[in-house]
Amino acid sequence: MKSCLVVDDSKVIRRVARRILEELDFSIEEAVDGKDALGACERMSPDVVLLDWNMPVMDGLEFLKQIRGRSDLRQPVIVFCTTENDMNHIRLAMEAGADEYIMKPFDREIIEAKFAQVGLM
Amino acid sequence: MKPQDFDFLSSLLRRRSGLTLNPDKVYLLESRLTPLARRSGMESLDGLIAELRKSASEQLMRDVTEAMTTNESFFFRDRTPFDLFRDQVLPMLRQRRAATKKVRIWCAACSTGQEPYSLAFVLKQQEAQWRDWKFEIIGTDIARPVLQKAKEGIYSQFEVQRGLPIQLLMKHFKQEGDVWRLSEDIRKMVTFREFNLLDNFAALGKFDVIYCRNVLIYFDQSTKSNVLERMRKILPDDGALFLGAAETVLGITDKFRPVRGQRGMYLPSDADQNLMAPAS
Ligand SMILES: C[S@@+](CC[C@H](N)C(=O)[O-])C[C@H]1O[C@@H](n2cnc3c(N)ncnc32)[C@H](O)[C@@H]1O
Repeated sequence: MKSCLVVDDSKVIRRVARRILEELDFSIEEAVDGKDALGACERMSPDVVLLDWNMPVMDGLEFLKQIRGRSDLRQPVIVFCTTENDMNHIRLAMEAGADEYIMKPFDREIIEAKFAQVGLM
Repeated sequence: MKPQDFDFLSSLLRRRSGLTLNPDKVYLLESRLTPLARRSGMESLDGLIAELRKSASEQLMRDVTEAMTTNESFFFRDRTPFDLFRDQVLPMLRQRRAATKKVRIWCAACSTGQEPYSLAFVLKQQEAQWRDWKFEIIGTDIARPVLQKAKEGIYSQFEVQRGLPIQLLMKHFKQEGDVWRLSEDIRKMVTFREFNLLDNFAALGKFDVIYCRNVLIYFDQSTKSNVLERMRKILPDDGALFLGAAETVLGITDKFRPVRGQRGMYLPSDADQNLMAPAS
């Protein structure tokens, strides 16, 4: 079973994502912001991170930059999942080392398609 | 709906598009034709049926036929058919068409265009290797509204997230408000035209590769065999046919055979068994 860390400051989104990903046979951990997510990565080394952009404390892009700089950690696949749905944000994310990018709103089909894209299914 | 109305509509649809409806699909007629009835200024589906019986208006019969098509599609649908195109079909064509350097590909029920455009993306990625070759990708469908959309190459946020890698979105699409427009250089690689699979294929010419995916499922057995057997006639012995994941030739025609280990791909039965490299 693959593990997914769901990072979003919205409890509702985390719950929706959890339900979809559990159906797709992932084990789920949750984090509420980038800093929390870094801690979770150190602890559990997830296979994939589903990552929101706008969050308090540390946003998704900052988390992405930090984790990609951590040679001591096993690097997860990182899939952004955000309401930032313009080309500029997509470029910034991909240049910083994201693997895929989901524009909210998302549903099971989109998650499945995008996860398949990066070889997770 | 009265049984005689169901019979009337289902025989109209079968005749015009091959669509085969069982009586358990009454709800489908009602849910898709009621909005059409309203749009055409009639109060109910009964009104539409009465008008059809009375006037046999060509326009209205077309509208009914189009309204009953299922147009769902997405980029790189099922993936394998596009991987096989890149890994098996293209290398084979490079050898077998070295003399003419011409390749014709037909997406026989292309709906809103994602299938032919997915093939165009694959070719675009290999552009440098095919410099002096001429590829023709032709997308056809019976329904005009989907063809219109295909030509425009405008897709919703939802549509560009189903099967399209983000790198291709970045490379080949431009955001216009809520929608995404496919770039001109990809759009011009595909020609779209209206075509009914029940009609004679002669006007289309010959093809090297045919994608006929997720349309035969709507036809009855004899229409399926008929379409496939006519497709065989416009494919050379070293051509390839792709069907949808839920479709097969088995029990339908012996003109094509599946290729072991390569889902969705079919070759002419009488073709050289070694044309395609074994799957790696
Ligand atoms: C589900 S879509 C398939 C799209 C694409 N090939 C794919 O696999 O994603 C089926 C298409 O077949 C078209 N179709 C149905 N009957 C047809 C006919 N007799 N001739 C041509 N196209 C037809 C419909 O209009 C619809 O767009």
